[in-house]
Amino acid sequence: MSVDDQPIKKPFRWHILVFLAPAFLVYTAFMIVPLAGTLQLSLFRRIDQQLVYVGLDNFRMLFGDPRWSVNFWNALWNNVWFFIIHMLVQNPIGVLLAALLSSPTLRFRAFYRTAIFVPTVLSFVIVGFVWKLILSPLWGVAPSLLNSVGLRSLFAPWLGKEEYALTALSLISVWQFVGIPMMLIYAALLSIPDEVIEAAEMDGITGISQFWKIKLPLILPSIGIISILTFVGNFNAFDLIYTAQGALAGPNFSTDILGTFLYRAFFGFQLQLGDPNMGAAIATMMFLIILAGVAVYLFAIQTRLRRYQF
Amino acid sequence: MTTRLITALLTGSSLLACAGAALAQDKTLTIESWRNDDLAIWQEKLIPAFEKANPGIKVVFSPSAPTEYNAALNAKLDAGSAGDLITCRPFDASLDLYTKGHLADLSSLPGMENFSDVAKSAWQTDDGKATFCVPMASVIHGFIYNADAFQQLGITPPATEAEFFAALDKIKADGNYIPMAMGTKDLWEAATMGYQNIGPNYWKGEEGRLALIKGEQKLTDPQWVEPYATLAKWKDYLGDGFEAQTYPDSQNLFTLGRAAIYPAGSWEISGFNTQAQFKMGAFPPPVKTAGDTCYISDHTDIAVGLNAKSPNADAAKTFLSWVASPEFATIYANALPGFFSLNNAAVKMEDPLAQEFVSWREKCKPTIRSTYQILSRGTPNLENETWVESANVINGTDTPQVAGEKLQKGLDAWYKPAK
Repeated sequence: MSVDDQPIKKPFRWHILVFLAPAFLVYTAFMIVPLAGTLQLSLFRRIDQQLVYVGLDNFRMLFGDPRWSVNFWNALWNNVWFFIIHMLVQNPIGVLLAALLSSPTLRFRAFYRTAIFVPTVLSFVIVGFVWKLILSPLWGVAPSLLNSVGLRSLFAPWLGKEEYALTALSLISVWQFVGIPMMLIYAALLSIPDEVIEAAEMDGITGISQFWKIKLPLILPSIGIISILTFVGNFNAFDLIYTAQGALAGPNFSTDILGTFLYRAFFGFQLQLGDPNMGAAIATMMFLIILAGVAVYLFAIQTRLRRYQF
Repeated sequence: MTTRLITALLTGSSLLACAGAALAQDKTLTIESWRNDDLAIWQEKLIPAFEKANPGIKVVFSPSAPTEYNAALNAKLDAGSAGDLITCRPFDASLDLYTKGHLADLSSLPGMENFSDVAKSAWQTDDGKATFCVPMASVIHGFIYNADAFQQLGITPPATEAEFFAALDKIKADGNYIPMAMGTKDLWEAATMGYQNIGPNYWKGEEGRLALIKGEQKLTDPQWVEPYATLAKWKDYLGDGFEAQTYPDSQNLFTLGRAAIYPAGSWEISGFNTQAQFKMGAFPPPVKTAGDTCYISDHTDIAVGLNAKSPNADAAKTFLSWVASPEFATIYANALPGFFSLNNAAVKMEDPLAQEFVSWREKCKPTIRSTYQILSRGTPNLENETWVESANVINGTDTPQVAGEKLQKGLDAWYKPAK
């Protein structure tokens, strides 16, 4: 831009506002207002058909009253376990698959990529029911498949056993969503310039050590993004547990996560009437937990990640 | 094209308006209901029967989707546009409508005397002084068995608990059938088909249920813990992997002829009749020793009440009295086998399985599910906790004593029985 053709006065660029308005309005109406509404609801309680401002009483009840706190801590711990399984299983497998996919000698790449990504676009309801059927001790294929390799004794009704149910569900969720880290990492791997790889090869770094020393450091920012997406997704999870185990998250609440706990409190279940105020208190806690996690990531991790410009 | 469509619509609506005017001298009653499955039965059987007997009153059955019913009804009642007759859900949902003044008091309605106190309990104020809906139907718990299997193995329907477990042992030893089709995955099967099915024999039906509400008995008392001890024994007779067996799994296991006994609710009858290829029979929950009084869970499920603001209250009351009559009971019970009339008059039913279920009313004392009235108003919710604990007891996670203690602790946390 040269100095002499700069206009004397820039006209106000209305079109920016016009283009931003729909997204802004929709986002405000459907995200910000309900969020504020939820936060507000959690500070009130219905007493004798009247909404009364009670300050932090709902939170005091949530943490102080064992009827609520036991359930809350149980749900929180289950949620943490759900997240741990995803971080330990889903993301490493996603990276591994992406590394295999980006190998130049691989054939049928598009087929593998599609096949692994397909479950991600399936509805939770389908995934929940299909896996319930696969793992069913009565009609499922899992027992007969294990039988055909002589491992029938390893089969257990996993979804009905307190000690296995949550892990089994986490793995089902991993199966469904492993395509997302795979795709993101795959894209990151493809964006590594050939010159860098060639330079590494010139220096004698090939094969596995090339992956560890060159590619992995370059895709670390993507892994960070995936971790935070997994975190947010897991702490908001609800659908899979609800379709596979029902709102009571059986057996004996062993698969109860924050989402199902919130659902029962807010909407009620069977004979239990819903309590929107306690539900809002739980939703607020979920919001704060996710906010804290994202903040830790943004300020403590992302700022330290090294970025490479090519 | 559009013009013609509009003309057609206009003609159509004016014709309807004429028809409406012609019928204006008749009173038209509208029934609000969530039972859209029953639309055909109402239109083809119930309404013609009523209109024939009561010329001058027209009835329209206008159901909405079950999941939307409560919300839609509340909105219509508040706006004053609800129908004259309201189908009532049991207990708190309808009680709430009554306390808000939406449902009229029907205690003195002619025909109300045809119902026992238990039948009316789901639609009464807590003190039992006002009844606001006419009971229509209930569901009965018991056991349905594969009659062919029983014959093959030489078993007769057990009457006592000892016979019951002897029969289960025999089926298990034979190995051709899974002794009992029930799973704990969906939780409610364990509570509803298990605990609430066999329990009344232990806590003596109404006696125990009312004592629990009054606070005279506790869930830790032997009569409330023992059914759990019996349930715990069921574990050995359930199918492989019952922990992950769902309700539809259990139904299929039984109707495919792979299981011999199915802890049931009578609502299964019509489904089982079409699915099962073998002869079926039913027996009531076995008693402890021969000759004991037997108790059955005859759970009140559906009723109909009067919109307090209805302009046609007199016509509506005529209709409600007819609903309370044995004639209505006969038509309804035969159209929907497994949904039994709550009327005191004996109703003749065609379906043999339904006949068997309903015959228990004569020899056994009926009660309703112990957790439904009053006791499930607070948090933690006794009904939901009972689901979890019943499944826990069968899975072996909790002992019967621990289950009783947990439930009582949860109940004590919010429920203070009236002194």
